[in-house]
Amino acid sequence: MLKTKILLAAVAVTALASAYGESGLKPDAKTVKAVWRDSMVAKNQAGLDRLNQTALEKACSNASDNVASDTEREQLRQAATNSVVYPADGKFLGDWQRGEAIASNGKGMQWSDDPNKPNGGNCYACHQMSPGEVAYGTVGPSLRNYGMRGRSEAMLKYTWAKIWNPQGYRVCSHMPRFGDAGILDEQQIRDVMAYLFDPNSPVNRK
Amino acid sequence: MLAKSGIAALLRGLSVCSLLFSIAANAQDDPFAEYHEMMGDDNPAIFVIEEGAELWAKPQGPKQASLEQCDLGLGAGVVKGAYAQLPSYFADTKQVMDLEGRLIYCMESLQGRDRADILRKPYSSTGDMGTELEALASYIADQSMGMPIATPQNHPAERAAYAMGEQLFFYRAGPYDFSCATCHRQSDKRIRLQNLPNLTVSAGAGSAYSTWPAYRISQGLVRTMGWRMQNCAKQQRLPQLLPGSEAVVALIEYMSVNGTGTEMAAPGLKR
Ligand code: HEC
Ligand code: HEC
Repeated sequence: MLKTKILLAAVAVTALASAYGESGLKPDAKTVKAVWRDSMVAKNQAGLDRLNQTALEKACSNASDNVASDTEREQLRQAATNSVVYPADGKFLGDWQRGEAIASNGKGMQWSDDPNKPNGGNCYACHQMSPGEVAYGTVGPSLRNYGMRGRSEAMLKYTWAKIWNPQGYRVCSHMPRFGDAGILDEQQIRDVMAYLFDPNSPVNRK
Repeated sequence: MLAKSGIAALLRGLSVCSLLFSIAANAQDDPFAEYHEMMGDDNPAIFVIEEGAELWAKPQGPKQASLEQCDLGLGAGVVKGAYAQLPSYFADTKQVMDLEGRLIYCMESLQGRDRADILRKPYSSTGDMGTELEALASYIADQSMGMPIATPQNHPAERAAYAMGEQLFFYRAGPYDFSCATCHRQSDKRIRLQNLPNLTVSAGAGSAYSTWPAYRISQGLVRTMGWRMQNCAKQQRLPQLLPGSEAVVALIEYMSVNGTGTEMAAPGLKR
């Protein structure tokens, strides 16, 4: 299997070089996907279907980090907004301590991760949260004192939607769609929400 | 060359790992700077480089041949400066190849070894001794130390590989919607405490590219650029990326061309 794959990949190089090499044109998405596919093998939970792009992924795969067409961008934003599933019982907040564990847990959906364990949210990879955690990333904005913004229905709904599918607010956002992509379940999102909003959560304490 | 014999003896005697854990404990801010202070420019990769030089000259495989006739782009057997000019187009395979892909090809063609065998375990797991590919890559990269990155863009296939690399770099996919660019298109960002180089600009691409292969202090091993690509694709939640594959070559082409002119400083030393 591995062997055939590598032999095939070798053939593909030659064919592609002659197809787009001289033209100087940038390769199209189909060719790019074929190159990824021919260069990989499925491993544990990470199958080759992960190379299939959603409409949004396709539209955001460019250097500008934006969708050029206003119409398309608005369609994608709307679709993301519509994808949000709010908690049926109206309960937005769970347990902040469980939320902290989820925010700190970087495991989830890599081929080296155990698919039988719940995924982490890995919020700390990108966000500052509790002042006690110095190993935070800066890909996203600081969420320090997030709860100070208040706990109005609008604020809770905004934050829930942001975690469920951030593309509804910023098309081409770098943040994963934790709810929409099934990374976190409803209860985990409630717990992470509590970590952001609970007055006793370290996120909101000095 | 790299290590003074005193330090070399120290390193042989001590487990580098346990040494580092104690350093990390009292220098929480930057265990890495602390390591540098203690070791100077000494890099434990020195032993791996030596091993690579031996493996390069060692007759192996059904043909009992060494790799000394392997053409890394500057002519059969020329190792000095070869790494700084890879990937490049090879007329014998009609392909653009990176170092790892080329080495595998030479093991097959010169030594008569089986490709699937070679690829069974190209990269070591933490706790292993290090693989042949890692040792060879260290030796060959070291032979370009101080030379400017000069990845050629003369052949159409080399330009095509760059164009492909760029598109692969921005390709978003997988359950997290990540592309390489998600983590590597901005400057001064980090994931947890790990700084993310901006690989779309020459400073970021140059500093990142010039320091691989690298000795990973936390793993006690030399890691190659192919391993780095495989590990980043894993973080991207994609399937397993194969050494020497077209995507790896194109991504490496993209980064090395972006880093043109930066002096090679590999094997580097990483956290
Ligand atoms: C890979 C990076 C990444 C990860 C992981 C991540 N985020 Fe974000 N987040 C961002 C970015 C970038 C933004 C900025 C706005 C945007 O692009 O959507 C953001 C914005 C936000 C906002 C809106 C902030 C505001 O001021 O309105 C919230 C709330 C948020 N993230 C919560 C979370 C939570 C909770 C998690 C973990 C479950 C998480 N993020 C994980 C990158 C990330
Ligand atoms: C989810 C985040 C993420 C994605 C996606 C990602 N990387 Fe990385 N990359 C990292 C992190 C974090 C490091 C630093 C690792 C460390 O310090 O151990 C890194 C390191 C690197 C380095 C070495 C930098 C240096 O200076 O040593 C290179 C080169 C690189 N990545 C290339 C890529 C390429 C090419 C892709 C796409 C195939 C990619 N990365 C995708 C997070 C990512």
